Amino acid sequence: MSEARSPLWEVFIRSRNGLSHKHVGSLHAADVTLALEAARDIYTRRGEAISIWVVPSNAITASDPADRDLLFEPANSKIYRHPTFYDVPDEVGHM
Amino acid sequence: MYAQALDAVGQTAPAGPEDGERGQRFQRRVDAEQRIEPNDWMPAGYRKTLTRQISQHAHSEIVGMLPEGNWITRAPTLRRKAALLAKIQDECGHGLYLYAAAETLGCAREELVEQLLTGKAKYSSIFNYPTLTWADIGAIGWLVDGAAIMNQIPLCRCSYGPYARAMIRICKEESFHQRQGYEIMLTLCQGTPQQKEMAQDALNRWWWPCLMMFGPSDKQSLHSADTMKWKIKRFSNDDLRQKFVDATVPQGHYLGLSFPDPDLQFDAHSGHWRFGAIDWSEFKRVLAGDGPCNRERLAARRRVHEEGAWVRAAALAHAKKRAKNQAKNEAENPAENQAENQAENPAERASEAQTTGE
Repeated sequence: MSEARSPLWEVFIRSRNGLSHKHVGSLHAADVTLALEAARDIYTRRGEAISIWVVPSNAITASDPADRDLLFEPANSKIYRHPTFYDVPDEVGHM
Repeated sequence: MYAQALDAVGQTAPAGPEDGERGQRFQRRVDAEQRIEPNDWMPAGYRKTLTRQISQHAHSEIVGMLPEGNWITRAPTLRRKAALLAKIQDECGHGLYLYAAAETLGCAREELVEQLLTGKAKYSSIFNYPTLTWADIGAIGWLVDGAAIMNQIPLCRCSYGPYARAMIRICKEESFHQRQGYEIMLTLCQGTPQQKEMAQDALNRWWWPCLMMFGPSDKQSLHSADTMKWKIKRFSNDDLRQKFVDATVPQGHYLGLSFPDPDLQFDAHSGHWRFGAIDWSEFKRVLAGDGPCNRERLAARRRVHEEGAWVRAAALAHAKKRAKNQAKNEAENPAENQAENQAENPAERASEAQTTGE
């Protein structure tokens, strides 16, 4: 029963006009045409999408969870990047 | 459709002593209700337990299509037929979401399917019962999906991210299943005496197997401590079973049906419906492979898998050939391809991207 393995794809769907594509899951398919059709059947049975992307899973490079601090901690300490860091008197109104 | 408490039946691998500091950090994250993702470190026992639970859950969804598929061509109206088809498609989709979630733990889809087909992996015992009349389709939606929902809602908060996310999608889609089943029962109960009798007969046959879906009593379950600690499971089998009985008994009485349990009675003091003893020898027998339809179900899965082999092989061969031809074309005409790309008007390309959807 040693069958050839079929490639894995990641599926992204745009649920409404104006929104970005969002990852919804993955599936197996032999090629890009079948992957799109399978994505339609598996992830959009109730009108969840107006557009689908399928991407070969092995084309995605992910950050390593172990590097989380290294990558993201520097941004955490820079609260001056947020508007609420700055004092503006109430009399000035909304800014 | 289903999540039977199969964890109590298989063996939960214990936490290894080698996990040490990493193991403690992992447990602190779980305790803090953080979700564990595929690339995160996890104890080997956690990975093994989840792989088994998720894949067996997936197998249950796939095998669960068979008893209902039995009635597609004999559904009484076009409305019922369309609903049944949609429900069975959902079960297939649920199986596929779950296989994908299991694969994030590092096993291949083909291995999982093989475990089902060789009988190495289990699936919910409920699907080894036959669907003898149309009323069984009503009873399955109302009771089997009802029990599954009870079990699956807490799994939406499972500590493993991909499993929890799959369960959220599944639960959202599942409530239609239960409602369409109850509607079938209601229609039969408001019909002729024979139709009502059919509904009663279906309830009589499905009631006890549905209570067994929640798995053995906690008193006999040796392995729930780890799955509780890891927040894979949040409620005990007995608690979920009681919740299901409390929710379902009034629904059955509304239909004007009676439950096949002389000991069933409302305990005003606790507010719970107390039910009689479950025949666990039947559960064990069915799970071990000796239920009314075990052989038929596995034979059906094996047959379609074998019959579809040439389709899978052809699709892969076609994909391979096209990739090869494309590579050859590009190697032979690199200049042409480049020129083609450059010649394209950027504005035209942008609008083309929009019309193709992206």
